[in-house]
Amino acid sequence: MPLNKDLKKVMVIGSGPIVIGQAAEFDYAGTQACRALQEEGLEVVLINSNPATIMTDEAMADHIYIEPLTLETVKRIIEKEKPDSILSTLGGQTGLTLSMQLAKEGFLESHGVRLLGARPDTIDKAEARQMFKDTMLSIGEPCIPSKVVNDLESALAFADEIGYPVIIRPAFTLGGTGGGIANDVEEMKEIASNGLRMSPITQILVEKCISGWKEIEFEVIRDAKGNSITVCSMENVDPVGVHTGDSIVLAPAVTLANKEYQMLRTAAINIVQSLGVEGGCNVQFALHPESMEYAVIEVNPRVSRSSALASKATGYPIAKVATKIAIGYTLDEIKNAVTGTTYACFEPTIDYAVVKLPKWPFDKFVYAKRTLGTQMKATGEVMAIGTSFEQALMKAVRGAEISLDTLNMPRLKDKTDEEIFERVHECNDERLFVIFEALKRGMSVEKIHEITMIDEWFLNKLLHLVRFEEQMQKETLTQELYHEAKVLGYPDKAIERISGQKIPQHEHAVFKMVDTCAAEFAAQTPYFYSTYDEENEAEEFIEAKNDTKPTIIVFGSGPIRIGQGIEFDYASVHCVWSLKKAGYQVAIVNNNPETVSTDFDTADRLYFEPLTPEDVMNIIRVEKPYGVVVAFGGQTAIKLTKFLDEAGVRILGTQADSIDMAEDRERFDELLEDLKIKRPQGHTVFTLEEALGAAHDLGYPVLMRPSYVLGGQNMIIAHSDDDIREYMEIILSHNIENPVLIDKYFMGIEIEVDAICDGEDILIPGIMEHIERAGIHSGDSIAVYPAWNLSESLSQKIINHSKKLAVALKTKGLVNIQYVIYDNEVYVIEVNPRSSRTIPYISKVAGVPMVDLATRCMLGEKLKDMGYGTGLYRRPQYMCVKVPVFSFEKLIDVDVQLGPEMKSTGEVLGIGRTLDEALYKGLVAAGYKMKKDGGIFITVRDRDKNEIAEIAEKYAEMGFKIYATSGTAEILREAGMTVIEVPKIHENPEYNSMTLVESGDINYIISSSAKGRLPQKDSVKIRRKAVEHSIPCLTSLDTANALADSLMSKYSQENTELVELNDMKH
Amino acid sequence: MDREMYLVLENGEVFKGKSFGAEAGGADMGEVVFTTGMAGYLETLTDPSYCGQIVVQTFPLIGNYGLIPSDFESRKCYLKAYIVREWCQEPSNFRSEGAIDTFLKEQGVIGLYGLDTRRLTRVLRENGTMNGCIVAEEKEIPGAIERAKAYHVEGLVREATCPRNYVEGSDDAKYRVTILDLGMTDCFKRYLIERGAQVHVVNAYTKAEEILAQHPDGILLSNGPGSSEAEPEIVAEVKKLAESGVPIMGIDLGHLMLASAMGGGIIKLKHGHRGANQPVRYLPTDRVYISSQNHGYAVSMDALPQGAEVTFVNLNDGSCEGLLYKKLPALSVQFRPGNDEGMVDTGFLFDQFMKMMEVDANAAE
Repeated sequence: MPLNKDLKKVMVIGSGPIVIGQAAEFDYAGTQACRALQEEGLEVVLINSNPATIMTDEAMADHIYIEPLTLETVKRIIEKEKPDSILSTLGGQTGLTLSMQLAKEGFLESHGVRLLGARPDTIDKAEARQMFKDTMLSIGEPCIPSKVVNDLESALAFADEIGYPVIIRPAFTLGGTGGGIANDVEEMKEIASNGLRMSPITQILVEKCISGWKEIEFEVIRDAKGNSITVCSMENVDPVGVHTGDSIVLAPAVTLANKEYQMLRTAAINIVQSLGVEGGCNVQFALHPESMEYAVIEVNPRVSRSSALASKATGYPIAKVATKIAIGYTLDEIKNAVTGTTYACFEPTIDYAVVKLPKWPFDKFVYAKRTLGTQMKATGEVMAIGTSFEQALMKAVRGAEISLDTLNMPRLKDKTDEEIFERVHECNDERLFVIFEALKRGMSVEKIHEITMIDEWFLNKLLHLVRFEEQMQKETLTQELYHEAKVLGYPDKAIERISGQKIPQHEHAVFKMVDTCAAEFAAQTPYFYSTYDEENEAEEFIEAKNDTKPTIIVFGSGPIRIGQGIEFDYASVHCVWSLKKAGYQVAIVNNNPETVSTDFDTADRLYFEPLTPEDVMNIIRVEKPYGVVVAFGGQTAIKLTKFLDEAGVRILGTQADSIDMAEDRERFDELLEDLKIKRPQGHTVFTLEEALGAAHDLGYPVLMRPSYVLGGQNMIIAHSDDDIREYMEIILSHNIENPVLIDKYFMGIEIEVDAICDGEDILIPGIMEHIERAGIHSGDSIAVYPAWNLSESLSQKIINHSKKLAVALKTKGLVNIQYVIYDNEVYVIEVNPRSSRTIPYISKVAGVPMVDLATRCMLGEKLKDMGYGTGLYRRPQYMCVKVPVFSFEKLIDVDVQLGPEMKSTGEVLGIGRTLDEALYKGLVAAGYKMKKDGGIFITVRDRDKNEIAEIAEKYAEMGFKIYATSGTAEILREAGMTVIEVPKIHENPEYNSMTLVESGDINYIISSSAKGRLPQKDSVKIRRKAVEHSIPCLTSLDTANALADSLMSKYSQENTELVELNDMKH
Repeated sequence: MDREMYLVLENGEVFKGKSFGAEAGGADMGEVVFTTGMAGYLETLTDPSYCGQIVVQTFPLIGNYGLIPSDFESRKCYLKAYIVREWCQEPSNFRSEGAIDTFLKEQGVIGLYGLDTRRLTRVLRENGTMNGCIVAEEKEIPGAIERAKAYHVEGLVREATCPRNYVEGSDDAKYRVTILDLGMTDCFKRYLIERGAQVHVVNAYTKAEEILAQHPDGILLSNGPGSSEAEPEIVAEVKKLAESGVPIMGIDLGHLMLASAMGGGIIKLKHGHRGANQPVRYLPTDRVYISSQNHGYAVSMDALPQGAEVTFVNLNDGSCEGLLYKKLPALSVQFRPGNDEGMVDTGFLFDQFMKMMEVDANAAE
């Protein structure tokens, strides 16, 4: 069937802010979907609360709403836009759930809107536990046997029936407390009784324990005619028990014999047929490692993280094909974009190995529980392609930006054998490296397999690397041995370090094409990966194209992590587009499979490679670029600047020297002195002693941070010598090449400026003001644009400062400057001559294509010729409020108190005519339920006590019942409020702050403490409890105040203005 | 360190690799073909359709799940040589009985690894299938090119067919199917037995009279190596079988044999179909199925056999993938219908074959 002619206007629901488990992959999917729809001439209405996405770009849809993804708002937009259909399967779980609710309420039907992609019954069959089981049962596909029981006898009987071991999961206990694995009747008796006791409704789920089974995934695509194909199989290195998002994954599956492979492939297709999916579907299986027994773990009838991976791993554009299917096409009608001659109705076959490695946030959250289990904790991932598993794995590791270029983790070196062997039992983010170390220390593959259940195939590959490293140490590094090292994925530096020998003649990498068909057909995909081999297809490709346009390489931003999110992919992609428009050939380098930048049709050529010096030089050698761009790929790309500069590569835009000047404390101080611009006084230190000395000199509080970081990694405010000691220890435990900066800390108003500079002039699309005073990382602050209470003179001063700084730094391109205003004086905090987190949303709401202008500045154009003027850009008609979104519920033991270290994973935007309206929408979009009654529990540190009364008053006025701990209560009572005093946790086991939070009487918490972080602290425990119960916990008085104002405002989800982005600028 | 070896193609291209499996014997010559299947190397190694060929695996990691004799598609390895990028020395699978190296040694099949298999595949793609020769010394290369050019393959079916006739399946089975073994993969036997047949496997050169004398309910013309045009003697017998009115199903080479017998033309494909991901369109329902294939020839769309209509076409190159004979109880497909190599989808063709036998039996009553 070709395109369904009844469709004219399709609504696409995006996935909202980036949170753990739902990241950039849905921007990639949504963007492909919007493009696919537009290709067909359909009118597209898009709603997504995430302003950092490419899909919310003006060109991506006809009507774009950056509005809260709530049922109410989506309904209002449907009423306003009257789409005839809605695409449910491209916006992650958020999009799917909203579509389902709309369908089930009958809203879609009553408004004449068709649901495309998945029918409600399909979704139900896949997602509702019992229906799923029944469906699987009806087609003879095995599920994991489980049963809900209410007493010990039934539990024992069922366990007997399914066989041990079994997992016991008590109902309604958070974090699975009271559950466990029972290996026999005795253990079962104990754990099950305990679980029943712990469960408030005396109920447990008894489930067959399949942890340790192989975890295998299939990506299946089915069309309305029933044609089904599997795009890719994937095998998790970490067996069942670790969330697939936290597993190292290899594509394709390798340890399955063809019989097993076909058995699961057949099952996957049968399942997708029985669910009637029309589009992409992910099917996860557990396969017993020593029999043909398997069970279906999960089915996702939509585009997912795995499908993004499968898509990038094979070159098959799953999201695009799924979209075309949703609007009526069948697989045999869709061309294979890779070959251009074959059809989408085929199964890709690959001739390389693909490894995915998760990126975890534990470097930021040092007190977080690192254990991996069924709750995903990774914020992002890297993918690597190689001709062997070893090569791909090594590439993934060095591309993950975890300060490693091999599997040797220096930190493990000093541990005793016993410690290492013991740690093999721990399933956490470092397990891969611990296993490698254990193999080095002589632990056997069999033993490690027994402990971890990781398939011996993988362990033997690791052992192969161990043996090879031993060989390098023992033997002369001949050209042949060196070649072998390159094939296994070792960078030159690592080879020299491990072998203790100079490398013979350096061998250049060659590039192979990713073509979906293992070279069976001639392909024109400009998608390459490196290896060490005979033939260089990238070179051939470039030659054959014989394009005389000069080439520019854009370096991407690597894995999504806290502090470096999707915004940098947005900027990289826009830079590519601008360069193409300006008449260049563009090559992009990136290693994040979740992104738009790694779609092979974004740039002229895509190199799926780690962003390390040696890797990028291989590309530069083949591409022979006119210049390279580092300014848009976040810290990942910026880190390459010095190396590239020294290698004589032309860097477009702001030069290495300027970047260094902005980062190097002494040079920066000199510059400020020259420009007569103030900054908080500070010192540069390397040791604990120096740090203490500096702090005493400046006087507490002081702000400490390592230089050259993004996202405020390891940045803290120290109030005492103890703080300095604790934090220096953490910072020094990482390999520091750069000094630690200690500055006087001012608790003033924070201002942020993003500007474009051509070396002479500057264009400031806007000045942002943070709701929270300085001390909270800009990424975690609620930011208001345009600044709302900045005096004319201060505003002018900021404009002048910004221009002076940008010009003095010889900026060509973007520059981000942060100021603090304290006692009516402007101080510079930092200057970053590169793209920043706020670029996408400022570009969208101000209507200034910032990346495009910046790119043109890099190429030598002048701002005054671009039509957007210079100086401060005209004030928009709307106020915009960016609200951060966190993933605290996924990260156990992380203190939610905000500080100078960034903790948020994503953001949403509220747009309104007034600050109140914008703030209200921003908060709703961020997930605040905006309850206007109930209880509020307040417990604040001494420093906050003189301001708390005024804020508490507002809540009291609205009728909130005020609860507080003794110190806070006293202050509030003095201010004339009625307060219910709550004992501290240790004061009364029956009734205390913890039981209060658990009671359900509390709708908000205001909690701050002098020192947080340590999970054992009462304040941290309370805040964690709040997370578990989804109670908004405000740790800054400024946020609490803003929330109060918003609650008191007249806004509701029914009366806010629905702002259409493309109308807004006109 | 393994010994170095060279693959020399008839166009003069040379690929240096290392030796595994059996030692080179000197006359190691064959048609070089590539297969794109990622899993299923055991089936590839034991597929008689590869008889006499040098097979290149495009997937670089081969042998991962070791050696599982119960998954073999025939009793031995018919390959001339086996070329992989990397073979797995420590395979992992609960059913594995060893590494593929051992098997190749046992079978006397040369292995070559550590070469740029993608480059080789691209050369084969651009030039079409070529002859190749494997030599151990650099100095042998010039002679090898000449030998490869001069090489002409023959007698493949004779080598791949079963030496002796045999019977499998229950005596109580509802149907008796004779399989003309042209170099059969074992799975087809299994599919028939599963569907209630007893199979009588006979040598490819068995006379039609002999087969018909046993009154089979159906005849399966199996898959096998090469083209039907290389075996006119068999084609002549197949013609008699077809004219007998006994229901016939042809697969792969069997499909070509039947087509030749019924006057159809055969073409050599520039790019043979080898792998588990070939899309074929089933014209009666317009559905597309993913099929496993291994052949270098096809029935010409311009010279279809008498009374045959096309049932399947290859979605990629439009070539003929299946025929239904209107005047005969006969159907045939170029691909490998069934389940084991990933075609859960096309197992129904066996059901159609069984149905033909049923109709035939009913008519006889």
